[in-house]
Amino acid sequence: MTYFRQDIRLRAQEVVALYPQKRSAMLPLLHLAQEHDGYLTPEGMAEVAELTGTSPAEVRGTASFYDMFHLEPVGTYVVGVCTNIACLLAGGQEMLDHAASTLGCAVGSTSADGMFTLEETECLADCNIAPCVQVNHRFVRTTTPDALDALVDDLRNGRRDEEIPAHGTLIRVRRSGGLRAPADQVANERAVAHRAREERAAQEKK
Amino acid sequence: MAVFTAPKIVSSRSEFADSHTLTRFLATGGFEGLRRALTMYPEAVAAEVDTASLLGRGGAGFPAGRKWSMLRKAPVSYLVINGDESEPATFKDHYLVEREPHQLIEGVTIAAYALQVTQAFIFLRGEFALGLERVQQAINDAYEQGALGSNIFGSGFSLDIVVHPGAGAYICGEETSLIEALEGKRGFPRIKPPFFPAAIGLYGQPTVVNNVETMANLPWIVSHGGAAFAALGLGRSTGTRLFALSGRVNNPGMFELEMAKNTFRDIIFDPALGGGIINNGQVKAFIPGGVSAPWLGPDDLDTPLGQDEVGAKATMLGSGSIVVMDQTTCAVRAAWRITKFFSRESCGQCTPCREGSGWLERIMFRLEHGGGRMEDLDLLMDLCDNIAPGLGWPPQQTTICVLGSSIPSSITSAINMFRDEFYAHVTHDGCPHD
Repeated sequence: MTYFRQDIRLRAQEVVALYPQKRSAMLPLLHLAQEHDGYLTPEGMAEVAELTGTSPAEVRGTASFYDMFHLEPVGTYVVGVCTNIACLLAGGQEMLDHAASTLGCAVGSTSADGMFTLEETECLADCNIAPCVQVNHRFVRTTTPDALDALVDDLRNGRRDEEIPAHGTLIRVRRSGGLRAPADQVANERAVAHRAREERAAQEKK
Repeated sequence: MAVFTAPKIVSSRSEFADSHTLTRFLATGGFEGLRRALTMYPEAVAAEVDTASLLGRGGAGFPAGRKWSMLRKAPVSYLVINGDESEPATFKDHYLVEREPHQLIEGVTIAAYALQVTQAFIFLRGEFALGLERVQQAINDAYEQGALGSNIFGSGFSLDIVVHPGAGAYICGEETSLIEALEGKRGFPRIKPPFFPAAIGLYGQPTVVNNVETMANLPWIVSHGGAAFAALGLGRSTGTRLFALSGRVNNPGMFELEMAKNTFRDIIFDPALGGGIINNGQVKAFIPGGVSAPWLGPDDLDTPLGQDEVGAKATMLGSGSIVVMDQTTCAVRAAWRITKFFSRESCGQCTPCREGSGWLERIMFRLEHGGGRMEDLDLLMDLCDNIAPGLGWPPQQTTICVLGSSIPSSITSAINMFRDEFYAHVTHDGCPHD
């Protein structure tokens, strides 16, 4: 019995197989755990520990370093407003204050209906369309208070579901290519390349 | 007048709305560079990049060819692409992964071939949800085209590329911190010297870490030759570069320009570029290359956008991102917000950075919001001097990585350029602009 649903468990195993060492799958698996529960639950982290060959404490210790991992429940939509330098100069702070009143929750908290969590973010690398707003890490490009209100209305009525999945779902494109060339083939090619390199070096010396 | 004679090297498909699709990529010369590279000896490909004297586009500006030549010879080695673009006001890699993902995959494959590496990782910022999807799609497409996987285009060369999502940490843009995150750990930078990633990197194996934009240049360099690339630009600054312009300008955006041929005045005021200051205002100050760089003033507007030219002004071109402040901008508030960023993003390993950034942020906060004192200016300078002794440029380092020594840049710039504003904040007991 595993805690993850079968499809998530399967994808998690695929991810682990991509890396030379299991622990490398830590961050992508934590993203999958968030997709499963919306945030990181103790059960989810325990499963990540099992999959990566680490302990639940190591998983929690790693997850707590990163801003995108939530150890407490968050809203269906995590709204991030940037107030860093480029956005500050374009009214980012005012946008953040406005978002707090529209969403009905203070910065860093979740609205009573569990729909929205508001975050003040650092630079999101979209500085030419400032102030920058992200919902569930998707750029929504609402730079005016009115546009933000319209977006929130859309989200409340499920009109943007296609484009903005619930919090936790990050990468919807599945890897379809062969995982990697067979190990013996890679070793063989590497040996051939190595020999060729040495032969060329020897020839150049002559 | 701005110079626009150079070809677009990394953003050539920017005019197409479907620039992220395989169809558009193939219709516009996709995989031509890779096909050509595969007919050459790997060393010859590396030599072309050396001839191009392509400087790394991540921020440090280290020659990519030289970084490659430092790779220790070993049976297993890795290529890691740094797409953790988090330097405030930088958004070029965001464009490249979202709009031209196939070009990135082609560039990575060329680099892997030159280095004879069979496993590459692209570490992308977790906040780029769409970018992550587009790059994964591009990898899927490349597999289908035979441009990735085993025996690429029948050449006998095999490569696998894995997209690795980050999870929100500025520090992971530092290459050893990125490697730690890729190994599934907290993003703590490693101590170096003596061992740089080229000797001991991912899983203790030799590793090359290159920026996304650096990779995006490779298809063009291989197709057109390193000499054609080196013919563009001036001096050590060869080729073109993506400049990200933001702040108080009419037309903020990303522009690919020939290196060192245009000045800050050109990019800020040219109608085809920045289009001047909002409401016909004046430039008060500008940040030339990401918030780690010391600021420049109106007198420096005629400095060319080149590595050495900006370096001569005791600051840096860094990640190529320019933030413009006008007379409506409060210098104290701007410096406070940048300091708050560093305080939040310090990984906490080294005392000068962890404690220093917090102290500086609290002092800047009280100056901006009330409660500041005249002696705070000396205190700020003293604390900055503790983090980066001497306050010179390039800064002295007291910490494992350069995040620490980047903290003082904005505060010392603001104090040196706008000391009167700090006094006004003290006498007004808060920001006089509010």
